[in-house]
Amino acid sequence: MREELLSIIEKNSRVDIKELATRLGVSEIEIANEIEALERENVICGYHTLVDWEKTSVEKVNALIEVRVTPQRGQGFDRIAERIYNYPEVKSVYLISGGYDLLVTLEEKSLKEIAGFVSDKLSTLDSVLSTATHFILKKYKDHGTIMEKKKVDEREVFIP
Amino acid sequence: MRNFLSDKIVNIKPSGIRKFFDLVSEMKDVISLGVGEPDFETPWHIRDEGIYAFEKGKTFYTSNSGLKELREEIGKYLYRRQNLNYNPNEEMIVTVGGSEAIDICLRAVLNNGDEVIIPQPSYVSYEPCTILAGGKPVFINLKGENDFKLTCEELKSAITDKTKVLILPYPNNPTGSVMGKKDLEDIAKIIIEKDILVLSDEIYSELTYKGEHVSIASIDGMKERTILINGFSKSYAMTGWRLGYACGPKEIIKQMTKIHQYAIMCAPTISQYAAIEALKNGDKDVEMMRNSYNQRRRFLMNAFKEMGLKCFEPFGAFYVFPCIKEFGMSSEEFATKLLEEEHVAAVPGTAFGESGEGYLRISYAYSIDNLKNAIKRLNRFITNLRNK
Repeated sequence: MREELLSIIEKNSRVDIKELATRLGVSEIEIANEIEALERENVICGYHTLVDWEKTSVEKVNALIEVRVTPQRGQGFDRIAERIYNYPEVKSVYLISGGYDLLVTLEEKSLKEIAGFVSDKLSTLDSVLSTATHFILKKYKDHGTIMEKKKVDEREVFIP
Repeated sequence: MRNFLSDKIVNIKPSGIRKFFDLVSEMKDVISLGVGEPDFETPWHIRDEGIYAFEKGKTFYTSNSGLKELREEIGKYLYRRQNLNYNPNEEMIVTVGGSEAIDICLRAVLNNGDEVIIPQPSYVSYEPCTILAGGKPVFINLKGENDFKLTCEELKSAITDKTKVLILPYPNNPTGSVMGKKDLEDIAKIIIEKDILVLSDEIYSELTYKGEHVSIASIDGMKERTILINGFSKSYAMTGWRLGYACGPKEIIKQMTKIHQYAIMCAPTISQYAAIEALKNGDKDVEMMRNSYNQRRRFLMNAFKEMGLKCFEPFGAFYVFPCIKEFGMSSEEFATKLLEEEHVAAVPGTAFGESGEGYLRISYAYSIDNLKNAIKRLNRFITNLRNK
């Protein structure tokens, strides 16, 4: 039940407890307890809304930054990752295998602010060796959702 | 000018849902619950394999019975899922959808006047295909109180000296009914005793929600008298690819292949390549779709319970078949009014045979959001009827 419950609310966190209980064939109390447990165990880390800011009047600039760092004795990459993710403008930080170490995504109001963050804050950290900044020009798909078009049902109305 | 038409064809009645199409074409904002195909698109890796086949220039005919690699994968699949052993070289043919398999099977086995037992409500093509093949349809009116399963008594009373074929359409369209192992074993005894051939239409075999599907071919003594029909439309959401298959005794498959060879040549080549990918790597897609259908099924059953609409709980396909007898209208009247007043399209049970009278086929091959809207309208509709 746990995995199926998670896969429903991962796609749509607004499905209410009654509907979840019906769809999964269990009681509402079981669902409520399970969600509480998932939140307690930090399996559910938050509930968010996927917004396409492009369609609003708000200007936002997103960047991906590849960061090469020196891991620190006894703490590997964790400490430097923490230094970076504590900045509120940082949206995500991933440890990556391959050509660089950390992938940092950033959301700001302008290119200038992003440039400022990279040059003033990120590059100046002791263990950061180099950075490469990529600006996102367009989001086609995010969190498994295609941003642009809504699918229309092309099927006939009646099919035996 | 002469009348060029065949009497046989002219006398076949047109589909019962034709007039609903005309009604719908004049409406906006219709919510449909009337569709007999998955709402999912074919999983991307399967489509991708089709594109790749195009790129590689796989644009020629295949052998009449289908690509060898596909037949081998079908063999492995049937063994893996239903413990059936079919020889891909002699006991299998790849067809243009399950529907072609039904047609050529009946044509391969029927002589004029042979009787074909068709339990109803069931899919619309069994009757016309039987007639076109020169057979005589004999209907069994399945009953709601038996959850629309075929019972031994019903079967016995339909059998005559001329009975040659029993059509066994489970998991069932339109009722969603399934037959379990025990049910099939009981039926099998009669079939063996009366020396009948079974055309088992198992196109919804992957869509069962309480235990695994059991094929009648897996029951002792039945493989040699069963033509198993299945396909890719429902399990892998591949309706438009037009691909199915039939498995059975090699003597029958050989004759079916003859008709297929002359009438069709071979099933679409690109679809065959895509289907290999489906069988090899599609299990997780099937599971995802099955889980999703099951959630919607539970959602609808619960909604019916809340609005007090009588409906047995079906465990197969993607249909529910609520009973609307309490409203004192025929299925067709009910469906027409529902469409006119609430713009909700559902198929009257009678489109699938007389015994569908008093029932409505509701498909849950729709998103939960779509179902919610439809249920809201249906609820308003029946509340109004009850208050009259």
